[in-house]
Amino acid sequence: MARLNMVEAIDQALRQEMDRDDTVIVLGEDVGKDGGVFRVTDGLYERFGEDRVMDTPLAESGIVGFAIGMAIGGFKPVAEIQFSGFVYPAYDQILSHAARFRTRSRGQRTVPMVVRMPYGGGIRALEHHSESMEAVFAHIPGLKVVIPSDPYEAKGLLTAAIRDPDPVVFFEPARVYRAIKMEVPEEQYTLPIGEARVVREGTDLTLIAWGAHVRTIKEAAERLAGDKRCDVEVIDVRTISPFDAATVVASVKKTGRAIIVHEAPQSGGFGAEISAQIMERAVLHLEAPVKRIAGFDTIPPLSKLEDLYQPSVDLVVDEVIATMEF
Amino acid sequence: MPVTTLVSYSVQRVEVMDVEGEVDASLMPELSSERIAALYEVMVLTRVFDERMLKLQRQGRLGTFARVAGQEGAHVGAAFALRDEDWMVPAFREAGAFLLRGMKMEHFLQYWGGDERGNVFPEGVRMLPASIPVGTHMLHAAGLGWAMKKKGERSAVLTVFGEGATSEGDFSEAMNFAAVYQCPVVFFCQNNQWAISVPYHKQSQACTVAQKALGYGMPGTQVDGNDVFAVYRAVSEALENARNGSGPALIEAHTYRVTDHTTADDARRYREDAEVEEWRERDPIERLGRYMKKNGLLDDAGETAVHEEAVGKVAEAVAVFEAMEPPPAEELFAHVFAEITPPLAEQRDRLLRRLEGGE
Repeated sequence: MARLNMVEAIDQALRQEMDRDDTVIVLGEDVGKDGGVFRVTDGLYERFGEDRVMDTPLAESGIVGFAIGMAIGGFKPVAEIQFSGFVYPAYDQILSHAARFRTRSRGQRTVPMVVRMPYGGGIRALEHHSESMEAVFAHIPGLKVVIPSDPYEAKGLLTAAIRDPDPVVFFEPARVYRAIKMEVPEEQYTLPIGEARVVREGTDLTLIAWGAHVRTIKEAAERLAGDKRCDVEVIDVRTISPFDAATVVASVKKTGRAIIVHEAPQSGGFGAEISAQIMERAVLHLEAPVKRIAGFDTIPPLSKLEDLYQPSVDLVVDEVIATMEF
Repeated sequence: MPVTTLVSYSVQRVEVMDVEGEVDASLMPELSSERIAALYEVMVLTRVFDERMLKLQRQGRLGTFARVAGQEGAHVGAAFALRDEDWMVPAFREAGAFLLRGMKMEHFLQYWGGDERGNVFPEGVRMLPASIPVGTHMLHAAGLGWAMKKKGERSAVLTVFGEGATSEGDFSEAMNFAAVYQCPVVFFCQNNQWAISVPYHKQSQACTVAQKALGYGMPGTQVDGNDVFAVYRAVSEALENARNGSGPALIEAHTYRVTDHTTADDARRYREDAEVEEWRERDPIERLGRYMKKNGLLDDAGETAVHEEAVGKVAEAVAVFEAMEPPPAEELFAHVFAEITPPLAEQRDRLLRRLEGGE
């Protein structure tokens, strides 16, 4: 089995799905000859031509709005937004149109499309290239929000997202893009949208994250186990919308403790929703308050202060110990 | 080092029929007597329907809606140029086009009366529902046009919007995408000169909306929007060019909103009655009626008959609308996703249990 990084896994998922289904169209800024600024669409232009791998004008709302029309017209567009920091001109198209067409036409007009984009910090990037604003998408009814944590997950979830009959926003953690390689099957496969994944089983506390910070909490859990401090269960949420409360709640009922880790600003972040779900469904099982480890409610800092902003393995380990000692 | 002119342009305005109903035969589009009569009937029906909708709204039986009276020449004339295989992507001031495309009046009332089930078109009708956010739907027309072209269909897309929408960024992006990919789209602007309370000269310093087309590399034409023949002629030509692979075009129908913006607006707060009265004299239906009478296509009795028939049809539709049951609670959750998600199923069940008195 080939060892791929996330960029290669996503590229392969796109290529295989385009081979399988002629209606899948990739569009976005620099996705064609250039293969995308992160090379995620590398080789697609050569294989499928400019009609199916479309370099678009530099206009995010245009890309998404145009893709909505393509989808209503019978195609399955996969639109790339170069960085999530530039998606906001298209937020209106996503919220006001893509997510609403099925409801307002009572199922007569539908928008099976994917909007994929790199997001998140930890890559020492310039301004507007480190945001983690997934919660403002999870708040939109009619939209699915998928966030893979590693190359294997990325391939299976993206394939599922393209086949999904509804609009999906697919956030790709930029810091994971080339950070890890792992075995990814050559054949196509899908992973379920709407199901969280228990990455590591444990009995004392549940750590919950998505995207790049699944690795953070996994490392924290392994360190705590190695130090014989405690046995932590690790959950990768995978899709924050629809959110799989059942898997998280079952875990917390077992462990009695929960910490949610995300790099997005704490207030109104998706961690708040998860915390509320746990309180509503498992409060009597709790041995300690549910905790959030999150980014500060600040503009994401530039590189010199970034390490203070991002949740770290050390911080997670300390907070787990504090919760265990509550 | 000479200074050279790289581009120069002129913008044409097309008028076929004057206020008295006299036409320029050389510009008159090909329309049989039967088709002209059908056009007239739809315009009258649209007017009668609009007036009845206003009454229903004032009686509290219908929600807020945007009136179309006075703009029948523009949007009905444009939609009349469509073929079944073409698409229409409307804004929200095109009631006559909805009727023309096959939307039943009772369903139109159902939607504006607060029941989204009224947005469902009869099978095979190629039209999107009304788009309330201003100026964002033209991108869907561009993408839809791309899809038709990619499929090898010989069809075009007509998208309609007001002059206010041309100030939105998405107007620019839609025009640009349509031109770059040479999509078969006709951008049809009903320039009724008022975006709620803002007059055209405060909306734009461009002499015409039509000239904006030049910046995107497509043709732009202004027509007298109260002259249904001019509208039909320009839109027919643009649609046919689009179907033939010549790409998009912009047509500005120069018209006027003689009504309030919506039923929630009072236009007397911001404009003079004299201006409105001046435009009432250019009424598109009366103008077409004069043409038809002069050409033996209509007489006073016929005029009354068309009006009475419209009143009857509207009364029937209103009766059907008023007998409609409100949507059941399940409808709230029925079409959020193709398949209901567990969180939504839980919310639905909670509501249903409460309605059943179980909680």
